[in-house]
Amino acid sequence: MSNRILIVAEHDGTHLNASTAKCVTCAMGIPDAEITVAVCAADANAVASQAAALTGVARVLALEHPANAHLLAAAVAAQIAALAGPFNHVLGPSTTFGKDVMPRIAALLDAAQISDIMAVESATRFRRPIYAGNAIVTVEVEAGAKVLGTVRTASFQAAPTGGSAPVEKPAVSAEIPAHTRFVSVSAASSDRPDLQTAARVVSGGRALGSAEAFQKTLYGLADKLHAAVGASRAAVDAGYAPNELQVGQTGKIIAPELYLAIGISGAIQHLTGIKDARTIVAINKDSEAPIFEVADFGLVGDLFQIIPELERLLA
Amino acid sequence: MASGMKRILVGIKRVVDYNVRIRVKPDASGVITDGVKMSVNPFDEIALEEALRIKERGAAEEVIVATIGPADCQQQLRTCLAMGADRALHVQADGIVEPLVAARALLKLTEREQPFLVILGKQAIDDDNSQTGQMLAALWQRPQATFASKVQLDGATPEGQPRLARVTREVDAGLETLEVELPAVITTDLRLNEPRYVKLPDIMKAKKKPLETLTLAALGVEQRQRLKLVRFDPPAQRQKGIKVKDAAELVAALKSKGLL
Ligand SMILES: Cc1cc2nc3c(=O)[nH]c(=O)nc-3n(C[C@H](O)[C@H](O)[C@H](O)COP(=O)(O)OP(=O)(O)OC[C@H]3O[C@@H](n4cnc5c(N)ncnc54)[C@H](O)[C@@H]3O)c2cc1C
Ligand SMILES: Nc1ncnc2c1ncn2[C@@H]1O[C@H](COP(=O)(O)O)[C@@H](O)[C@H]1O
Repeated sequence: MSNRILIVAEHDGTHLNASTAKCVTCAMGIPDAEITVAVCAADANAVASQAAALTGVARVLALEHPANAHLLAAAVAAQIAALAGPFNHVLGPSTTFGKDVMPRIAALLDAAQISDIMAVESATRFRRPIYAGNAIVTVEVEAGAKVLGTVRTASFQAAPTGGSAPVEKPAVSAEIPAHTRFVSVSAASSDRPDLQTAARVVSGGRALGSAEAFQKTLYGLADKLHAAVGASRAAVDAGYAPNELQVGQTGKIIAPELYLAIGISGAIQHLTGIKDARTIVAINKDSEAPIFEVADFGLVGDLFQIIPELERLLA
Repeated sequence: MASGMKRILVGIKRVVDYNVRIRVKPDASGVITDGVKMSVNPFDEIALEEALRIKERGAAEEVIVATIGPADCQQQLRTCLAMGADRALHVQADGIVEPLVAARALLKLTEREQPFLVILGKQAIDDDNSQTGQMLAALWQRPQATFASKVQLDGATPEGQPRLARVTREVDAGLETLEVELPAVITTDLRLNEPRYVKLPDIMKAKKKPLETLTLAALGVEQRQRLKLVRFDPPAQRQKGIKVKDAAELVAALKSKGLL
């Protein structure tokens, strides 16, 4: 018998987020997966067709409702819970969208949730990090119970396109609560690569000293490398960089090809966010900084001298 | 119990302190917690701080802290009372308390105490689940505003109870603002506030504050464990790399790995 898997799509109304393609890859690891992607949107056509093109997807359900113009957890959870009945697994990404909505769905379905799935061992057995990634636990769901989970996106490659699944538009029967209203989002408009999907990331810490120095020192280098910019919590707390750039246990978990940690000490909470980076470069004036324990290439010295030189060499 | 008093309920969890280096037991049965420092989950201190500030602004009259866990948790409840909470509720439970169980217990406490606001942390830094607040909001059929970095209350009724919360949330795209009707559940992000330090005289005073002990059974909540923890492993270690002497050597090294 096949395992029927429902994936809750993440999108901004026009583009399917890459996190959804990673959920598809995770779901493909479940034996005999039959994958359905649910797209909640005001007008789902564009996003549904992107989901339908992902290899491995058998069917797309487009749930169209005016309340879906901005995805709110209470509204999305009500719609997904209403159609989750026949599914064995309900998965979403471990992004702020998925972290917000998936536990709400789980509670409506009276199911336990497995957060941050990093590996699939069987249809009921999964591995996930705990204690900021300092331990990995293998968990087993009760036989016959629904599996609710969020997928640690840094652990899976995006499923390729090339498929052409049918798109259905079932009637939305759920009662959508009106107690929560979207007011605004300050989307940092940036033509830089997206931190979560970038192949290269240039990241700065407290050592940068000011917002001006953070910009002046790192953005030129990031441009030369076509890299996204990231930051430590200390840099964000101090106002050198906006919150969406924070990398770590309580920020973004990323897996770029190349990560440059510049003036970052390497606290465990920060390292949690970069464990899956292929190559880590550390630039720090303290040769004892813990970041050097995980760096593939370490350079001890003053970043304010090294970075301009690095930029020159890359020109 | 639940008069018309304006109350905020704060859920707190006792966790291994964030400075402790976690090690997995050699027999893979768990992580070593014997003798390690335990603390209030950092996000929950932020939750309590926010509740205290709301009370200090006059929008709430009472701040209640609650935890579901073993007897040792009373230490952390006392810390919260010393920070300024008015009273504490300890729901006694040994063994694993999954987020859905914690949420069901907190739901019972909301029925009992009728808070206009419940504030929890965005995640407990032991299990890193990030589920309880969202689950409570679902069961309570009330709004949720997770990962909050700013909370504003307004719309006071004649009795003075706030009706709406405007919450700024830290999301992947940046900052999102939601308006939620109260009562609601808010979960805290790190930048919401900086929790106050506890002073010695407050610790003495906290000893006299009420701490009530309840049980899951008395609340009618079953302590069901739905996820079996099969084994614990240390994470894969990264290989320690090499030191390069200058920027030129770094560029050469990256080029040789095909990264530039
Ligand atoms: C619950 C919790 C969650 C957290 N979540 C996160 C998270 O998600 N992400 C995160 O990053 N942190 C997180 N933290 C914070 C973390 O513990 C550290 O405090 C933080 O990562 C430190 O940031 P930093 O490395 O920039 O600053 P510091 O630790 O102060 O390091 C600055 C470094 O810069 C170096 N330096 C100074 N000047 C120069 C120079 N001129 N040239 C070169 N090097 C220089 C210093 O040697 C030092 O190593 C969390 C903490 C807690 C308690
Ligand atoms: N056993 C518990 N008792 C009281 N509050 C809890 C408990 N477990 C979790 N919480 C609250 O829920 C938040 C999120 O926890 P979690 O879902 O486990 O990551 C915590 O920061 C606490 O505020």
